[in-house]
Amino acid sequence: MFQAINQALDITLKKDPSAVIFGEDVAFGGVFRCTVGLQKRYGSDRVFNTPLSEQGIAGFGIGLANVGATAIAEIQFADYIFPAFDQIVNEAAKCRYRSGGMFDCGKLTIRSPCGAVGHGALYHSQSPEAYFAHTPGLKIVVPRGPVQAKGLLLSCIEEPDPCIILEPKVLYRTAVDIVPVGHYKIDIGKGEIVKEGKDVTLVGWGTQVHVLLETADLVEEKLGASCEVIDLLSILPWDVQLVCKSVKKTGRVIVAHEAPRTNGFGAEIAARIQEECFLNLESPIMRVTGWDTPFPHVFEEFYLPDKWRCLDAVKKSLDY
Amino acid sequence: MATYSFIKRISRLSFLRCQTSVKHYSNIANVVTEPQYPGIKNNFTNHLKFINIDNYESIPIYRILDTTGQSHFLEENKLDDKTMIKIYRDMVTLTIMDKIMYESQRQGRISFYMTNTGEEAVQVGSASALTLQDLIYGQYREAGVLLWRGFQIPKFMNQCYGNVEDEGKGKQMPVHYGSKDLNFVTISSPLTTQLPQAVGAAYAYKREKKKSCVICYFGDGAASEGDAHAAFNFAATLACPVIFFCRNNGYAISTSTNEQYKGDGIAAKGPSYGIDTIRVDGNDVLAVHYVTKAARDLCISEGKPVLIEAMTYRVGHHSTSDDSTAYRTNEEISLWNNTSPIQRFKQYIQSLGLWNQEKEDDMQKMIKKEILDAFSKAEKKPKPHWKEMFADTYCNMPEHIRDQMNSMEEHLATYQEHYPLEKI
Repeated sequence: MFQAINQALDITLKKDPSAVIFGEDVAFGGVFRCTVGLQKRYGSDRVFNTPLSEQGIAGFGIGLANVGATAIAEIQFADYIFPAFDQIVNEAAKCRYRSGGMFDCGKLTIRSPCGAVGHGALYHSQSPEAYFAHTPGLKIVVPRGPVQAKGLLLSCIEEPDPCIILEPKVLYRTAVDIVPVGHYKIDIGKGEIVKEGKDVTLVGWGTQVHVLLETADLVEEKLGASCEVIDLLSILPWDVQLVCKSVKKTGRVIVAHEAPRTNGFGAEIAARIQEECFLNLESPIMRVTGWDTPFPHVFEEFYLPDKWRCLDAVKKSLDY
Repeated sequence: MATYSFIKRISRLSFLRCQTSVKHYSNIANVVTEPQYPGIKNNFTNHLKFINIDNYESIPIYRILDTTGQSHFLEENKLDDKTMIKIYRDMVTLTIMDKIMYESQRQGRISFYMTNTGEEAVQVGSASALTLQDLIYGQYREAGVLLWRGFQIPKFMNQCYGNVEDEGKGKQMPVHYGSKDLNFVTISSPLTTQLPQAVGAAYAYKREKKKSCVICYFGDGAASEGDAHAAFNFAATLACPVIFFCRNNGYAISTSTNEQYKGDGIAAKGPSYGIDTIRVDGNDVLAVHYVTKAARDLCISEGKPVLIEAMTYRVGHHSTSDDSTAYRTNEEISLWNNTSPIQRFKQYIQSLGLWNQEKEDDMQKMIKKEILDAFSKAEKKPKPHWKEMFADTYCNMPEHIRDQMNSMEEHLATYQEHYPLEKI
């Protein structure tokens, strides 16, 4: 997946002379190799290291975008995006609104590795999408693999609104795919049915989609039921129609994410499904998520909403 | 697992980098006695001595006009008469507008206001040294900059009233001005957020090879925020043509500078970031003008940042929500009232024969009339349509926001009498 991201960045730098890429350690290729070779190809004024300051990176990016330059900022780990929270929430998200459309920073994209990685513990594992999903003015996407990463990143870069793309870091090297070489985009705000089914809807994003696909196989094998698996792709705005259409068909739904449960984005999805599909629901909407604790080191296997916990939720939903 | 190999790769990489550095320095270390640490250029010392503020002289305050309006600079540097009159007129306009708007808030006609009293020279002096191609980021006490650039009196009023003609569409509190035409980025309340933004904009200007700079205003209190540190450091390391312009007026609401910092003000921070720095008498409009002009030239010709600290005094209350006599004495305030920057400059232009009492009276009368006219017109204008509330959250309105707008419309169809629809 890191190569697909690299390609998207390459395409952007090639076609948009105003585009710049910056962040901590991006010049030598980035700690996850996403920016490899770009400085050599496009020069040190277009791909460069910044001092170690996330609020500086976000603010700097907003300024570039304010005057019409395409700004692609990298925050080294999503866990470290919080120092930039003020710049993102109070500034980037509200720039267009508060100026009555006179100024904006729509050309800003923030890329950041997120999610569990096996041993990342508290500060190399977080999934902070719900914090940002509460912020009107932002667009937030999470790819599940190389094809989505490239298409969504190109969309984020070209979208006239500030975007955050959270890249599940465990997929950088594990997720391999045949990726179209040229320029293409995946619409922000649209989800995707990755597996069709009729008995229960499973909704997730990022790495969790792979867990849900495995869950669907398990469900078929052990319970003889079929799952419809939806990759949400976009967190804000999210594809209400696609999800609700599926739930109306299946009558049952499990929402799963790595982030903690309370006020996780699953809560928003569940509330909305309940409003839209009340008469179609055959069982309560269930959430399989990380626990309401910080993300632990040695207990990761017990923390994550793995396929066995998802399977159990499906079973309970079917038995309800 | 893939991740494991990634970590291995990273450690191998940093190991390799270590090796390279060792190789690079090992030959030299044996023969040279100077330090080879990569982070600093200096010598070793055998004295164990802490460095503190007493080791340095405080940065002096540059000025041209003394408090009696006498100038201390060469005649040939004199600004042309027209510019000087405009500087004076804009400073006076600012105070008159402030008085009227402050009173109108006291009467409950607008919700909030912040005056500029005492800091007129800082604003007009710096603005007069810039061109319209220079981009401005402000904090909130920079109305004089807009005034200099030609922001019309009715526009100030429209914004404070949030009426249908406000270009900001009535979304922000009063005094949060902005103007695309005048290259003045819309003000926002969170302090100091504009500093790293100004640096980013300056970086883009430099890449575009524009012969202009970005100037960013902020107060002494704002300089304590983390964003100030980020901005100074980014501007220096990334060589951005930005002027950091600090208004050091002694107070951040009730907090005096004694509680804000222990070093030599804001200016002393500049050199520690590698930024060319100067301190100026902010009540001397000519000094502010020339310092800003020199800073602009330096910024653009050398492609690097400059820090200006303008020493001044916040004569007015922090805002209409503040009574500053709760934390400072009337005597202290009146001391500064007597040596106002406007008075000082007036004495100077009078000494040049450019100004007299008759001109003063005429101008005061005209400005008051203009402001009062604009004021009453702005007050009578309707507010923007409530649907404007939903616009500009995004470039294009997403479906979920459109749904919410429609549900508000349905709600109003039944409950309209409970909402101030008559103001639209």
